[in-house]
Amino acid sequence: MAKITLDKVAHSYIANPKDESDYALRLIDNIWDDGGAYALLGPSGCGKTTLLNIISGLLTPSNGRVLFDGKDITHLPPEKRNIAQVFQFPVLYDTMTVFENLAFPLKNRGFNREDIKERVLEVAKILDLTDSLNKKAARLSADAKQKISLGRGLVRKDVAAILFDEPLTVIDPHLKWQLRGKLKEVHEQSKLTFIYVTHDQVEALTFADKVIVMYEGAIVQIGTPQELFENPSHRFVGYFIGSPGMNFLPCTLEGNKAMVNGVGIELDDATAALGEESHGSIELGIRPLYLEVHPEQVETSVPAQVKSIEDQGNYKIITVSLSGNILRARLPEGREVFSEKAWLKFPKPWIRLYANDKLLTRQ
Amino acid sequence: MDKWKDNKAWFFVLPVFMIVAFSAIIPLMTVVNYSIQDIFGPGQRVFVGTEWFKEVLSDTRLHDALWRQFLFSGLVLLIEMPLGVLIALMMPKKGWAASVSLVLIALPLLIPWNVIGTIWIIFTRPDIGLFGAAVNSLGIGFDHTASSLDAWITLMFMEVWHWTPLVALLAYAGLRAIPEAYFQAAKIDGASTWATFWYIQLPKMRGVLTIALLLRFMDSFLIYAEPFVLTGGGPGNSTTFLSIYLVKVAVGQFDLGPAAAFSLVYYLIILLVCWFFYQVLQNVGKGETS
Repeated sequence: MAKITLDKVAHSYIANPKDESDYALRLIDNIWDDGGAYALLGPSGCGKTTLLNIISGLLTPSNGRVLFDGKDITHLPPEKRNIAQVFQFPVLYDTMTVFENLAFPLKNRGFNREDIKERVLEVAKILDLTDSLNKKAARLSADAKQKISLGRGLVRKDVAAILFDEPLTVIDPHLKWQLRGKLKEVHEQSKLTFIYVTHDQVEALTFADKVIVMYEGAIVQIGTPQELFENPSHRFVGYFIGSPGMNFLPCTLEGNKAMVNGVGIELDDATAALGEESHGSIELGIRPLYLEVHPEQVETSVPAQVKSIEDQGNYKIITVSLSGNILRARLPEGREVFSEKAWLKFPKPWIRLYANDKLLTRQ
Repeated sequence: MDKWKDNKAWFFVLPVFMIVAFSAIIPLMTVVNYSIQDIFGPGQRVFVGTEWFKEVLSDTRLHDALWRQFLFSGLVLLIEMPLGVLIALMMPKKGWAASVSLVLIALPLLIPWNVIGTIWIIFTRPDIGLFGAAVNSLGIGFDHTASSLDAWITLMFMEVWHWTPLVALLAYAGLRAIPEAYFQAAKIDGASTWATFWYIQLPKMRGVLTIALLLRFMDSFLIYAEPFVLTGGGPGNSTTFLSIYLVKVAVGQFDLGPAAAFSLVYYLIILLVCWFFYQVLQNVGKGETS
């Protein structure tokens, strides 16, 4: 079991980086607790695979150190670290059976046959692979193959962390649920640290205790799924998490109101105060889930034009235009059909202000 | 879409058909024709059925040439396949060094085959050849025109020098196609360099190695120009391979009947061995779904 520390880690793939944009991974200073389930979430190219490879040792960072339980392992090769990695597509030894695949890491480390057999049977049981042990690994389905990849990590008793690089990418959708559940089960049983890289927020939010959102090489926010949803600390997190993402309205402050092209939206005192203290351009953020849309005027509501309504099954997404700004809101089931006009209500507790893309908060 | 009744598309195939007919099918049928008839002169031909086949298959000189040929092809495959793979493993993976090494490796393949024979004759001459003179000055009598063993050694050197690059190039392409993740996983699993080679690289090269094996077998089994220029089939008939013997029979002795009969047998032997190799290679480590 290990506490993983990233001490001022940064990485550039170019030999002599000149400025920030040459870095694939900007300054990362982070501690990963023992036994946690973490998700590294972000769009393609944000540096999450780079970060994962630095932790596993497949990549040596150009700056900074990696520590396991306080010990500097930055220059230690992968096989000497207590980690295992599951890749995006199933990586197997095609000529071997499932048993031999699972036994391989132990064989390379010189364990004797009895111990190997015992351990492989244990892991096969955990992963429901016992019936396939004597089959050629190449014959199995994609999800079984990924389980074998996971098994090769679990089979080593010295493993402290398992890293996953978008492992469900090639799995059929109806099997993804099963495999995800299996991963969570294994995590609870084994108490290892699981670090899971994905660009799919549903995967990240259902799998992890803590989600680390990355954008353009930097960690933008770390928090529980709820924290990320309710208080996104960066504009990007608001936009990326949630389907559809957070609405943003450029505004200026006038007393207790946020003015959007002449339309006033009331803020509570605390939020308004934060706005006063800030510098730079301000945006008002509110999640579609919390934005209320009414067919008739209600108190403190502002008028807007209805652009479209999409039926998503058990809820509808309504797109409206407020003084030229496009907003989206969720309509609960059974809401009446709207005419061209709608009235928007911005509940004060759910309004967030952003200055220069960062959440204004009392911290 | 309905099929057109009046399908003019067939006319587009006609030119190709004509060319293939004239360059391949008709000559082949001519050979078949010769193999079952005895031709004394223009207009004087007698149908002899399988007589030429019987004669050819009981010819001891032909049997000797056949065994020599199998020995030669066997040695060629045994040396060139592992050597080619080894070279491919050592070549750089990317950058300018990769391009340079690819070009250098490919150079022997570009030389006309009879020129290769000539190069090696001179190279191994005991009086003026770089290799020949050097070896002889060490006291070892080396003369490929006099000793059969020396002729074979020279021949093997020449053949390996000439054709191993093909195996190396094919193996190199096969190696580059393996996704990096396999090597990363192998590192994490603690696999040694040998284990990585044996369990990942070699199985994944199966396609290209099959091609290399079949190509090298067929070409070496048919070999003509290089040994002919180097040794003329000698000393004696120690390097008379099948094609050289066949040409002697057909052109030297003008025995078209037996030559044609043997050409067909020759063709069938190659086909059979290739089919055998192919089946074996496809089934080694069988189990892949795709």
